[in-house]
Amino acid sequence: MMKLRLARPEWLIDINDLRELDFILRNGDVLRVGAMTRHATLLESAEVSRLFPIVSDAERVIADPTVRNRGTIGGSLCQADPAEDLSTVCEVLRGSAVIRGPRGERVIPLTEFHQGPYETAVAQNELLTEVRFPIRPRSGSAYEKVERRVGDWAIVAAGAAMSLADDGTMDDVAMGLTSVGLAGTVTEAEDLLRGKAPSEELFVEAGRIAARACDPVADQRGPVDYKRHLADELTRRVLRRAAVRATDSQEG
Amino acid sequence: MQISMTVNGAEVTNVIEPRVLLVHYIRDVLRLTGTHWGCDTSNCGTCVVLMDGTPVKSCTVLAAMADGRDIRTVEGLAAGGTLDPVQQGFMEEHGLQCGFCTPGMMLTARALLDKNPHPDDGEIREAISGQICRCTGYATIVRSVKWAAEHPRLSDNEQADAGPSEEFADTIPAEEVRS
Repeated sequence: MMKLRLARPEWLIDINDLRELDFILRNGDVLRVGAMTRHATLLESAEVSRLFPIVSDAERVIADPTVRNRGTIGGSLCQADPAEDLSTVCEVLRGSAVIRGPRGERVIPLTEFHQGPYETAVAQNELLTEVRFPIRPRSGSAYEKVERRVGDWAIVAAGAAMSLADDGTMDDVAMGLTSVGLAGTVTEAEDLLRGKAPSEELFVEAGRIAARACDPVADQRGPVDYKRHLADELTRRVLRRAAVRATDSQEG
Repeated sequence: MQISMTVNGAEVTNVIEPRVLLVHYIRDVLRLTGTHWGCDTSNCGTCVVLMDGTPVKSCTVLAAMADGRDIRTVEGLAAGGTLDPVQQGFMEEHGLQCGFCTPGMMLTARALLDKNPHPDDGEIREAISGQICRCTGYATIVRSVKWAAEHPRLSDNEQADAGPSEEFADTIPAEEVRS
């Protein structure tokens, strides 16, 4: 951010020594991830990949192993690049952000965290300290990204998470897209799927809705119609994979 | 501001401007020019050094952030006149052409082998996926890392009873250590 002259801070404080913000803890049906948890740590965590395979899907395609040694989940979320992967992941997992400042701690849903490109709900005198994810039984999730080359930002990426009721219907489902100008999740498609049994016909329709709902811009990564095509195709793929994972899931 | 760190085993202390990047501190202040400065945007990986044993891109670490840490650069790979197996492997398998990416490639390979002494081709390719070789010599680089994995320094392994202690391993000629 500083090298791109997008930020010119007067003071810079290195928070790498705040080891207390580097943790992955399960508290009942909530997984708590400290803001200074490295990408490499998230990728290596067996518990994270078992509970939230979408995180492993995404971490595998975030930058490269060397960058993942330094980069953190909090750093990615707070940088708030529109093409950043973990924002979509955290939103579809219905995550919440713990923000601490002089007046204490507040917790907001991730869907309210981003307020525009490079802008977040974290005020100048506040710090993101933790991200919390609800653990739900019979749930599955997936992320898939198309990029120009290994380690690049997404041309388009899609994420999905769902939990199944006892009768096999989707009692909650969330879908998000990366890098195509979508604020929040694809609520119209979520409403279509909720309460129904997973099926290819529904996923095809959800893909169509996602392609329509997003608002990509043409740039060196591709024209608008190509990005809409990717949004459609990737949405179908992640829904299929999330459904398979939810069906196979034993986690309570 | 004053910073202190260990670089290739030696304690260094300098007064620097806070804005100085680790790569510039290493090259311009310490005059260790084996670490190269490439894209300056964390893409190319030629500036990789080991910080507390972990590969990091030194163009994206401020020198001040390395205060109190242990840094290893390409100059710290060879020990007592004996090349690191990774360096020997790059020679044996022609792992470099122009040599610009080589320091970062070798340190990344060293860190990989320290963690995983017997990587397969896929694991090697994944490990160096943050490094760019514009000569496109990736196939020989992967072979070089494999060569190093097959010829570990004795001190890199669990010490066999008959093996030389780490303290004296450096004084033994390379051929003997590798055999």
